[in-house]
Amino acid sequence: MKRVRASVVALACAGLVAVSLTACGSDDPTGQGTGGESTSLRGTLNGGGASSQGAAQEAWIAGFQSANQGVTVNYTKSDSGAGRKGLLDGSLKYAGTDSALSLEEIAGSTSICQGGQAFNVPVYISPIAVAFNIPGVDSLDLSAETVAKIFDGTITTWGDAAITADNADVAAQLTGPISVMYRSDDSGTTRNFAEYLSKAAPEVWTYDVSSSFPVSKDTFQGQNGTSAVVQGIQAGTGTIGYADASAIGSLGTVQILVGDEFVGPTAEAAATTLDDSERSTEGRADNDVVFSINRTTTAPGAYPVILISYLAVCDTYATQTEADLVKGFLEYVVSVEGQDQAASAAGSAPISDALRAELRQAISGISAKG
Amino acid sequence: MTTSVSAPAALASAKRRTGRGLDRGFRYLAVGSGVLIVAVLASVAVFLLIRAWPALRAGESISSEVGWIPAGSSVLSVIGPLVFGTVLAAIVALVIAVPVAVGIALFISHYAPRRIANALGYMVDLLAAIPSVVYGLWGVMVLAPMLHPIFQWMVKWLGWIPLFAGDSAGNASNPPRVLMTAALVLAVMILPIITAVCREVFLTTPPLHEEAALALGATRWEMIRMAVLPYGRSGIISAAMLGLGRALGETMAVLMVLSPGLAYSFKLLVASQQQTIAANIAAKFNDATEMGVSALIATGLALFVITMAVNMVARGIVARRKDFSGAN
Amino acid sequence: MASTNTVPEVTAEDLRRSLSRVDPARKRTDVIMRVVVYIAFALAMAPLISLVWSVLVRGVGRLDTYFLLNSMRNVFGGMDAGGAYHAIVGTLVITGWAALISVPIGLMVAIYLVEYGTGRLAKAVTFLVDVMTGIPSIVAGLFAFALFYLLIGPQKAGIIGSVALALLMTPVVIRSSEEMLRLVPNELREASYALGVPKWLTTIKVVLRTAVAGLTTGVMLAIARVIGETAPLIITVGMTNSINNDVFRENMMTLPVYVWQQFGLGLVPCREGATDCIATINFDRAWAAALTLILIVMLLNLVARGVSRWFAPKVRG
Repeated sequence: MKRVRASVVALACAGLVAVSLTACGSDDPTGQGTGGESTSLRGTLNGGGASSQGAAQEAWIAGFQSANQGVTVNYTKSDSGAGRKGLLDGSLKYAGTDSALSLEEIAGSTSICQGGQAFNVPVYISPIAVAFNIPGVDSLDLSAETVAKIFDGTITTWGDAAITADNADVAAQLTGPISVMYRSDDSGTTRNFAEYLSKAAPEVWTYDVSSSFPVSKDTFQGQNGTSAVVQGIQAGTGTIGYADASAIGSLGTVQILVGDEFVGPTAEAAATTLDDSERSTEGRADNDVVFSINRTTTAPGAYPVILISYLAVCDTYATQTEADLVKGFLEYVVSVEGQDQAASAAGSAPISDALRAELRQAISGISAKG
Repeated sequence: MTTSVSAPAALASAKRRTGRGLDRGFRYLAVGSGVLIVAVLASVAVFLLIRAWPALRAGESISSEVGWIPAGSSVLSVIGPLVFGTVLAAIVALVIAVPVAVGIALFISHYAPRRIANALGYMVDLLAAIPSVVYGLWGVMVLAPMLHPIFQWMVKWLGWIPLFAGDSAGNASNPPRVLMTAALVLAVMILPIITAVCREVFLTTPPLHEEAALALGATRWEMIRMAVLPYGRSGIISAAMLGLGRALGETMAVLMVLSPGLAYSFKLLVASQQQTIAANIAAKFNDATEMGVSALIATGLALFVITMAVNMVARGIVARRKDFSGAN
Repeated sequence: MASTNTVPEVTAEDLRRSLSRVDPARKRTDVIMRVVVYIAFALAMAPLISLVWSVLVRGVGRLDTYFLLNSMRNVFGGMDAGGAYHAIVGTLVITGWAALISVPIGLMVAIYLVEYGTGRLAKAVTFLVDVMTGIPSIVAGLFAFALFYLLIGPQKAGIIGSVALALLMTPVVIRSSEEMLRLVPNELREASYALGVPKWLTTIKVVLRTAVAGLTTGVMLAIARVIGETAPLIITVGMTNSINNDVFRENMMTLPVYVWQQFGLGLVPCREGATDCIATINFDRAWAAALTLILIVMLLNLVARGVSRWFAPKVRG
């Protein structure tokens, strides 16, 4: 029914294009625009950063734009570092980042935040899946050590005893060399994954935790961005890689040994890990909500390879319009509706009501200078 | 003449209104535009150098600020492997493309019937107009999946040649996001331009040379070898250089196909070994900090210098050839 | 001459055979090379046909008026919605501005080279224009970025992309215009001078007017050459999902970048049983946009050639 427009329109349009470019095209492809409320919010809000929360951002932006017809939000998916730096040099008004702004970064934000400070709002909690492509296998049980050895290049074949021991039922399919896909760009997914490995398998994973993948082997392939990693895993056989669980589609996933059971990457398992984690409060203001994830949790049903993605924003903006846009957008993101949108679009774990109340408090403090 | 018939009347009246001033003004405008071209080309170099300077000056401290530069490296030391990857990809593409292009050009100029030849020539021109992003899309989604079995075979039987060596498990990378795939796409992309130039050159072979060869009893191939190819040699070389210039600067095909790495590696069939300058810029630019942009522009400056040198040599050959053929 | 006397036994039949037949080895080489040339041709056509075919087959499914007339605003995930209207608008506007910048400059340089140019400067300009055709497009993007960085700081806007494209387009315009102006017979110029018409007016009213069809063709081919540029636009213009036709503010979307963006979004991980979710939607859109882009380029090429054929003045007559 969206396609009923006659080709006559196209012809007329071709003629009109030179005269008035927006005359016949529609900026409302989903056909819901006229029904939405019109609010006083107007303008363009540019954000960017972590691609892990990209799918959720698209859902939030769609929801927020439908509710506010005069608003355009652009989220440039790149990486967390670019997002944070964009916020701190003023080219972005909000940043999506998988690692919270550090205390130094917050200290350095005073001038761009008009004398105020930047702070972190955790909005997206999602498991990182270790996904693989072996024909006929949809699930593997692995311990943290084995995962670390695979990504370290120590285990190079699927037939390795460490893998087959835990997966006797599919041992016949486990043959051939392992081909590892990693992120070639700086990424918060890499940082969280590496942080998990270094906490859960400290003897194997001895690299410094950073947002670039530390191992380089000729059986490894670097890919630019989450979807490229997933495409890489899909295109080959005997491939394995790590990516946000929302992006892996129908690929097989690794169940990781936590305590004495194997747990898969689900939203509930991610939420369980968050419940078992503590706030890092040292040196941080009240509105700055940052978690320190408990990677070695043994809580039943917890999946510790999770990523908490934050929105980093200023508490003071130069103009009222900017402040209203950022505030409105963040309120929508943490709202029940926004979190549900993200859960259905990206498979993330919605934030708890207690956390929501706290975040609302923090967001209400965003204001314009003066 | 039809178009200029009405001119005299209009011009006579216009003449009264115009003094020498306008004539001189127009002349200055024209000369100024000529100077502008020189200035623009110079300013490209100057602007790039200005923006690249902070990164060049930062030395090794830049690796802590820019994520993709390995610890302890300066911009100059990452330009090395990038230039290596760029040149390797372009040369492999050229090695594949030139013989095929010469073949097509000969086919069009000396083998195909005249009527078909014109249509084919037109088709080759049209193919040169296909946007590079479409080549990239095709390369990664259609071509790459077909290539893996071939690459696997090459690793198995030709693996003793360093270029075709496999990874440590003795395999070609799968998916084949490797330099060879990128070079193949580049080869397809530069085919039309090399073919077009070669065809022009072959068609301008003096008919007397060809007829003389045929009269001596030469077969068609002997005629081509004795008359056409020697006459067109400098043309083929300059066509190859033009193709090289294209391949060096091509971004999208490499960006979409190649899985990047920063090694001095000749392994064409293993992923994450090499990267080209242009693809690296496009991949990192939007995420880059101020210093990161500066580093990328420094690599862009290197690319600019290399392509300019290649193009100048190519054009130099063409220009020399023009002088010679004028004397003939 | 004595040698002819040494073979008196040769019959007329033998002589005719040996004269009309080529040495078998030479003949074999000739056949082999003919086969090689044919194979080279087939080898080159295979990928090109495969390319055109895959774009056509995979792109045509989504290419309809809805796709051409809708943007991507509020479209996400595997929704069966969204089009390339914003990208088409962006491409037309940005390329239009690029033409607006490069055509006057290119034309004036061509006039300089043909009507005024002598000596060293003209030689240098000719050479540099040739060299300029070889500037990598990404370097043109970096140049435009660096130029505007000095003027307005680190921002993205359509006009920056236009400047980058103009840099790529100008040498093509100059080359083709120069060729066209050189085709104008000198007798026309001389006739005009003889009537006392100054040089500048002769150039505008006689030379340009005579060559106008060829010039138009040249400009259209130059536009076709840059309209598919991607790399410089990624770094200067950015992306957006909404319609923006203001080249001086904010990100714009363009068709080539749209193809790249949709490809980069990759497969959509649809939930099992989801009805309004197409896993390959992003690839479908990328192919449809690629087809749209190719159609635009081909249309420009065809119209350009049509212009030169139908409107060419019959000066030779």
